[in-house]
Amino acid sequence: MDFTVLRELAAGNNWWAVWPELSLGCLALFLLVLETLLPRSAHGRIPVISIAAQLGLLVALLANFDTSYHETFNGLLFQSPMGELMRAFFLVCSILVSILGRASLRGRSVPRIEFHHIVLVVAAAMMLLVQSRNFVMLFVALETVTVGLFILVSYYRSNPKTLEAGLKYLVMGALSSALLLFGIVLLYGVAGSAGLAGRTSEGMYYVGLAAFLDVNPHNFMAAAGIVLVLSGVAFKIGAFPFQIWVPDVYQGAPTPVTAFLAVASKAAGFIVLLVLVTQVFAPYEWLVGPVLTFMAAATIIFGNLAALKQNNVKRLIGLSGVSHAGFILLAVASAAYVPSAVGAVYFYLIVYLIASFAVFGVMTVLAGPDDTEQELSDYCGLAKKSPFLAGVLACGLGSLAGIPPLAGFMGKLFVFTAAFKAGHYGLLAVAVGGVVVSIYYYFGWIRAAYFNDEAEISPETAARVAGGGMTLRVTMALLAAASIILGFYQGPLGALLAR
Amino acid sequence: MSIFPIDPLLLSVGAPLSVAALIAVGVPKRIVVKLAYAGFAVPALVGVYLWWAFGTAAKEAHGYAFLSDYSTGLDGFGISLKLGLNGISLPLFVLAGVVGLAAGLYALQSTAERMKTYLLLLLVMLAGLMGTFASVDIFFFYFFHELALIPTFIMVGIWGGRDRSHAAMTMTIYLTIGAMLSLLGLVAIYVKSGAGSFDLLALRDTLASHPIGEVTQKHIFGLLLFGFGVLVSLWPFHSWAPLGYGAAPSSAAMLHAGVLKKFGLYGLVQIALPLLPLGAFQWSHKLAALAAVGNVLVIGLVTIAQRDLKQMVGYSSVMHMGYAFLGVAVGSLLGVGGVVMLMVAHGLSVALLFLLSTSIHQRTNTFDMFQMGGLAQKAPVLAALFITATFASVGLPGFANFWGELPIFVALWGFSHCLTVIALTGTVISAVYGLRAAARVFFGPQTEAFARFAASKPTNDIAWSERLPALILIAALLFVGVWPKSFSTGIDHALARTPPAVVASR
Repeated sequence: MDFTVLRELAAGNNWWAVWPELSLGCLALFLLVLETLLPRSAHGRIPVISIAAQLGLLVALLANFDTSYHETFNGLLFQSPMGELMRAFFLVCSILVSILGRASLRGRSVPRIEFHHIVLVVAAAMMLLVQSRNFVMLFVALETVTVGLFILVSYYRSNPKTLEAGLKYLVMGALSSALLLFGIVLLYGVAGSAGLAGRTSEGMYYVGLAAFLDVNPHNFMAAAGIVLVLSGVAFKIGAFPFQIWVPDVYQGAPTPVTAFLAVASKAAGFIVLLVLVTQVFAPYEWLVGPVLTFMAAATIIFGNLAALKQNNVKRLIGLSGVSHAGFILLAVASAAYVPSAVGAVYFYLIVYLIASFAVFGVMTVLAGPDDTEQELSDYCGLAKKSPFLAGVLACGLGSLAGIPPLAGFMGKLFVFTAAFKAGHYGLLAVAVGGVVVSIYYYFGWIRAAYFNDEAEISPETAARVAGGGMTLRVTMALLAAASIILGFYQGPLGALLAR
Repeated sequence: MSIFPIDPLLLSVGAPLSVAALIAVGVPKRIVVKLAYAGFAVPALVGVYLWWAFGTAAKEAHGYAFLSDYSTGLDGFGISLKLGLNGISLPLFVLAGVVGLAAGLYALQSTAERMKTYLLLLLVMLAGLMGTFASVDIFFFYFFHELALIPTFIMVGIWGGRDRSHAAMTMTIYLTIGAMLSLLGLVAIYVKSGAGSFDLLALRDTLASHPIGEVTQKHIFGLLLFGFGVLVSLWPFHSWAPLGYGAAPSSAAMLHAGVLKKFGLYGLVQIALPLLPLGAFQWSHKLAALAAVGNVLVIGLVTIAQRDLKQMVGYSSVMHMGYAFLGVAVGSLLGVGGVVMLMVAHGLSVALLFLLSTSIHQRTNTFDMFQMGGLAQKAPVLAALFITATFASVGLPGFANFWGELPIFVALWGFSHCLTVIALTGTVISAVYGLRAAARVFFGPQTEAFARFAASKPTNDIAWSERLPALILIAALLFVGVWPKSFSTGIDHALARTPPAVVASR
């Protein structure tokens, strides 16, 4: 028996290269083990253990920050500084979701440990997703993410709205996966079809496909495949015309899960899109460029106009998230021409994470027994009752609105500069209009919290403002501070992204 | 610079900001007041000291002195915190310090609710203002402006008078549109210049040898003109100003109308005119017509019709901005120099008027001028101060405003006779509404409503704590009025180094 093939495969399996993902997976399993081993009274400690272990992992990850570029697992994955950054990004997301989840699950009769377990698994899958350089790898990682999120979205299963959201997410998620898979198959098939120049059996690898597309820049089947793949990804990021699930699912999902969807899932989608657009589909810029331009403009317009009239804050933040997806798409659309646009996407995602979780933190504290019913009127007079929560909310919303000196402004500035360099003047006009409209509804929220003297905060909400626990409060304070500091001083992050 | 252990420009931004941070952290109320005095006084002292030292200071590139450069991690994008002053920014820097001190003193003697937050926001605003005029990097120029702008919205929203929520929203939306347009214009300069830097000095050097094409210049100047124009209340984008100032608490109105609003004009004079001379030339006639007919004539007549004292002051400030736009449109050394002088003078006088309006309101409980009358008998000092402020605002010789308006009119005569006549009509209009307001408020018989209110609450004259900020502003107005050369020499040098647009292209 000839072992050379196996030996070569073994040499390509650099397990050490995926230690963060492996650790997260092991931690997830360990939580389940703990649940069976520990007595019931000690189960409250398990989320704390999870959060502490993740913090340790984050420190280890940052201490061993790998700035090299090389492929691992025979080209299935690609190690890069940006990949490392996104690993840290998803780890921070899962820590924050765990912290929010701990506060949100308190006093609800649903399983606890499984929530933290699934969050860890999903975060690990997202890390793999953004590093994958192979469509099979991409699809498997994406499905792991999606299946985990199906469970999380319908986690508060006694609430009909949550179940509705779960069902909608399931159907829409399945549809988008199908579109994506169909596109992948088309691309793989066309890349391997006999009679075409540069045909290859390596069509599942980004590199192989890119080489094929380079030789055949005007193939109809390939173009159809590309559009389908883009559509599949557009579902994940909630871009027009695939944004229709966003408000219902964001409203129905438990608040921490909404945050996870809004930040981590969207970020993963954008990084995949960025890699595909700049590295694989570059020869089809004639197609991808107009498609992205249209999507960006329509997404910004739809998100902002739809958010204007929302009274439910979860729907509001969901639809404003759609408009943020539009702004990031603006940078992705510029990335083919302007290298600095790539840095702009990463920076925008980071400031979006910080600002969004600050707002979701406040929402988690103020959420009543029915997590889906959080209205703007619940925030009336918040500033008098709890200056701390109102301050965090103002920092988060201000950053989302892109008001200097908060970090969100820097994000928008980089995106706009990149778009200007790429010559997207029309899109910029749409984006500026979008920013002004967005100020209106963000300001409306802040106005409810600060300027509304007549309406008093309801007694039920007033009873909750002191809740949330110390961990969540410290986290929110840190997020608000980060939103301010990143606006003034970008430090090493700015240097990393400006390359 | 030797008397300061650290960079004075950084100190002028850092002092109010650190006091604000300390207040935010939550120091006891006793210390808050003392700290706030320091936070308001340091920028003014730095301003006066730098004005005194500027004449002899070593001038570096483009007539800038006191240059310093700090990295914030964005060197890759060509952004760094570069501070410095030239002859154009120095007067405005001093203006920001002086008006900031007056507004701060006025706020400290007021009885605003939630005083700590109020002081905190004012200090942040002041820090932003000092930073705006001290920045050489146009990114930070914009950044500091926004830092000062946001507290304005909050202060109008929380401490404003009637209709404050609506006023805050209107202001926010108008000014955000203006700010976004000007940001796009600045980004356009950054991208199209090819300098790869937001540093104004680098941009000037690059554009001096490789100017941007004429059509592009016209488009970018248009963006900046309307972006900055909204911020400076260029007709017909002015309607936020009277509404916002009418509702704003006095110190916020003083700082915004007096200093922050000058940001747009300063941007046009310091950035747009030298970098985009051809674009400015293309727009000059349209701008001049808009400013003369819209701001000066139409708004002047609207001002006469006002009954509300604070709104009248708001409208009058919109009108006076028309003169400044006329100077920008002319673009000659005389005209632009006049604009800088007018910015300083108007900043001082409008801040004074807002301060005194609030003091009047405290004694009459109304802003409606038809409900007042005869206040001079009860408060003679207040009456004297208000009439002084009115004279200054009208542009009587001896006050700084005269030296702002006169050069603009002289320069405008060479540009267009017709517009000069319109502009001069404007001075008559401003005399009419200014003197009518003084007459209505202070002289004549008391109205019944006012007499009843005065009987219920004994009217006293203006206290020393209110007089002090007013006297600081009047002293500055008179100082510049009798010795305009203290600023004009620097302005002259700065403008001569960068020959203004139209002169160069004619």
